[in-house]
Amino acid sequence: MAHAAAAIVDRPPERGLDVYTQKVGMWVFLCSEVMFFAGLIGSYIVLRFGASDTWGAPGEVLNVPVTAINTFVLICSSVTMVKAFAAAEADDQKGTRRYLLFTTLLGALFLGVQGFEYTELVLHGEWQGSHGFTPTAGLYGATFFTMTGFHGFHVFLGVVCLAWATTKAFRGHWGKDHYHGIEVLGLYWHFVDLVWIILFTIVYLI
Amino acid sequence: MDWSLPPNLSTQGVPIDTLFWIILVLTGIAFVLVEAGIVWFMIKYRGREGRRAHYTHGSTRMEIIWTAIPALVLAALGVYSGTVWASIKSERSYPEDALTLKVVAKQFEWNVTYPGADGELETGDDFTVRNQLHVPANEPVVVRLESEDVIHSFFIPELRVKQDAVPGMTIPVWFEATGTGEFEIACAELCGLGHYRMSANVTIHEGADFRSWHASQGQEAGQ
Amino acid sequence: MATIVAEATGQAILHEEHRQSFLRKYIFSTDHKVIAIQFLFTTLFFLMIGGLLAMLMRYQIAWPDQPLPGGGILPETMVASGYILPEFYNSLVTMHGSIMVFFAIMPMLVGVYANYLIPLQIGARDMAFPRLNMLSFWLMVPAGLLTLASFFVIGGAAAAGWTLYAPLSGRPDLSGVHLGQQMWLVSLVIIGLSSILGSVNYITTVINMRAPGMTWFRLPLTVWALFITAILGLLAMPVLSAAGIMLLFDQTIGTSFFLPEAGGQPLLWQHLFWFFGHPEVYILILPAMGFTSEIIAAGSRKPIFGYKAMVWAIAAIAFLGFIVWGHHMFQSGMNPTLGLSFTISTLLIAVPSAIKTFNWMGTMWRGNLQFHTPMLFAIGFVAMFAIGGLSGIFMASTPVDIYIHDTYFIVAHIHYVLFGGSLFALFGAIYYWYPKMFGRMMNETLGKIHFVLTLVFFNLVFFPMHGLGMVGMMRRIYDPTGYQHLQGIQDTNQLITWAAFGLYASGFLFAFNFFWSLWRGRKAEANPWDATTLEWQTPSPPKHGNWKEIPVVYHGPHEFSHPDVPDKDWLAQNERPDITSPAESVMQPEPR
Repeated sequence: MAHAAAAIVDRPPERGLDVYTQKVGMWVFLCSEVMFFAGLIGSYIVLRFGASDTWGAPGEVLNVPVTAINTFVLICSSVTMVKAFAAAEADDQKGTRRYLLFTTLLGALFLGVQGFEYTELVLHGEWQGSHGFTPTAGLYGATFFTMTGFHGFHVFLGVVCLAWATTKAFRGHWGKDHYHGIEVLGLYWHFVDLVWIILFTIVYLI
Repeated sequence: MDWSLPPNLSTQGVPIDTLFWIILVLTGIAFVLVEAGIVWFMIKYRGREGRRAHYTHGSTRMEIIWTAIPALVLAALGVYSGTVWASIKSERSYPEDALTLKVVAKQFEWNVTYPGADGELETGDDFTVRNQLHVPANEPVVVRLESEDVIHSFFIPELRVKQDAVPGMTIPVWFEATGTGEFEIACAELCGLGHYRMSANVTIHEGADFRSWHASQGQEAGQ
Repeated sequence: MATIVAEATGQAILHEEHRQSFLRKYIFSTDHKVIAIQFLFTTLFFLMIGGLLAMLMRYQIAWPDQPLPGGGILPETMVASGYILPEFYNSLVTMHGSIMVFFAIMPMLVGVYANYLIPLQIGARDMAFPRLNMLSFWLMVPAGLLTLASFFVIGGAAAAGWTLYAPLSGRPDLSGVHLGQQMWLVSLVIIGLSSILGSVNYITTVINMRAPGMTWFRLPLTVWALFITAILGLLAMPVLSAAGIMLLFDQTIGTSFFLPEAGGQPLLWQHLFWFFGHPEVYILILPAMGFTSEIIAAGSRKPIFGYKAMVWAIAAIAFLGFIVWGHHMFQSGMNPTLGLSFTISTLLIAVPSAIKTFNWMGTMWRGNLQFHTPMLFAIGFVAMFAIGGLSGIFMASTPVDIYIHDTYFIVAHIHYVLFGGSLFALFGAIYYWYPKMFGRMMNETLGKIHFVLTLVFFNLVFFPMHGLGMVGMMRRIYDPTGYQHLQGIQDTNQLITWAAFGLYASGFLFAFNFFWSLWRGRKAEANPWDATTLEWQTPSPPKHGNWKEIPVVYHGPHEFSHPDVPDKDWLAQNERPDITSPAESVMQPEPR
């Protein structure tokens, strides 16, 4: 028994980062997402600069102004997400509910606008003289829809999780001892926002 | 079975084969050292009653030695390989004024286009022959390799030539045969059902014989 | 802070066990040990299937003009009038490679052993995310079913090689394969997700759930290898997923990412595939190197020679593994100058592998070698991997690669590293950790016979392939006899095929031993190998939650024959050196 006491007293410190496990896990997962989008975006860059003559300037086919506003919507949703997290940390139930709800709605708005944009392109887009800009409209269409489509899919998953988090907020689930879920979801959401900013720049602006 | 490389009939084959044998000797030495070492240790240090292993965590000196020696050998090999590679593939190495042919791979045959009497490709007097590659010996030849459908690979073992044929690209390959004979092109990239039977005849002629063959073929095609 | 949360989870795990149904405990389990065993049975099954496909291939190559005995039971689309069809042969070639890589070797190395060993060897109760872990396994099931089913659809299974080069893979009209290729790609994306989620778990667990005293440089080399492998998988697999999705779109919705007609680039597929593919092959070897280090140290009764050098070598191999992919593309039409840069990085990567080989030999040097079956396979790994690594030098030299690319010289290399390397190490690992997993020993005599048969037959199958490559025999050809330069090799091909049958048969000896020992093997104690790492300091098999109390670590992982511990030749990681009586340090097994 004296042994056991000695063992506890000089027990070496715990090992690991000073970051809770779920957060480490989300950071690690996001690294894989970086590589996934890098594969898609890298391919886009190679294909575009290998065959630039058949690709128009972005403004010719795509609706840059509407998408710019949509980008702003997504950035706002990141801001509300940060505020939701701050509210949860401060045990502000009303603030948590309000900001999570806003984030969810802004995310859904982004998806809605993107869906509208897709519909417009497919039905009324003009590319190389033909009517309708679809995933088979040459490499431009293929890369455009694949990249933005997968990003949109990630936004969709994020919105579903946000809706879940918002529901829990309305049941008083989050608080100063219970905010890890929001923080981790927030990391994912900011990542999705960052990927969009990169995509918007490369696909719509350059 | 005969474990030798096929007889080499090209100028490029000389440095390639030389490199092969050098690497064989180097890896052979390493192979013997490692395998014999393992067997020797298994015998000498086999477990016996009352024996105790020698407690050590290693030796930094040994780590340095057995890092430096392989690194130096491999670096030298890399430099040598690089110079041989450049002598084959760099743009400067491509012969000027060489006989230029076009070879188009498709499932499952090789179509060779020869320049006509004017000596230029992409002119009206070119003629195409299916599965017959005729070239002169002791003269440089450049093949412009293309593919109509999927990736194939233009492989002539005795000339030590191999180049993938990629649809959408025209890739130049050059060689200079040092002897005459009848050989084959073998497709060396899985290209579908008939990949295993995608061979073509290669005939390397003496220079004068080649020219008479070429002239007669050109006349036939012109008619 | 991290471990406090983990400990709380751990206590919850301990209490939960009493109330679990059979379904929850053995089928839909979140216990890392159960999941690992599920992976083990599944991957052994796929290993058998992958081997069977190879037997069919070998029969065809050796006797292309003979009908396949019993071939009549296969559908007419595969075997017509008794003869294997060329299209079926191309599927065999493709699916043998694909199944072996994605459903046998990779999940056996990682799904089984990362799952089983990481928590036990770091002193944790389970993985960081047990439910995610369960998901990782269950994703493999639909992926596997899709893959097997793809053989029986119209057009047959994928047939463009495991490397799926476009345009052949993207053009059903040119390959003859429609649905089968698409099913394979979907399966690949699913199993990719399984692997990525697994990596998240393994990495997070190693970072945040190590027991007190378990510093980074006290981790067993197995954990280092698995940790770095998980990082490789995390970063490489998503690129394959992206590429696979693009190829799937080319085939189904009419895009042309890799098809030149509309401006796509076939070479882009190769760059994406090999950017994944090269780290993938290091995923397939690093865990094997980890097991080998572990088993050789224990079998030599000595610490591993150069532990830190071994860790740096693993890290160097992983890092360099990301910048050598172009060596698969030297003859592809890629810019030759780019080829030169890949030659340099490829030759460089041979250095850390050489360092590891010398360190294993250094571990054996002046050891007290115990030749049990795991040790035999571990030594066999070193001997066979050395051959595989040395043959790689021929390919690294770009001019020599001109000749040997896409010949059987490459096939020899691949199999020396994947079979002589990974699978030998896996056999060693299975025999070594079997007692911990199942509480019984495998039969040692049968194990030694299995080792000898495997070693002999393996070399008879694959060593002559170096010669076939030198003669110029190309890969993936249904009938070599049609070529002038290949007249005279059939004797060798037939020898190889007979040896391959012998190799496959000896696998059944192993299988018999494996299953028989589950019921009739000698009961195993906690530490049958007198080994030092934490998994051996808890009962065989460990209870749910692994430890009564989380162990505290005081030493490095391979403290054998320490001069301050004269009465035995091993010192457990959680044992104080001033404790000379083993009974005080080993956890007493509790009655179940």
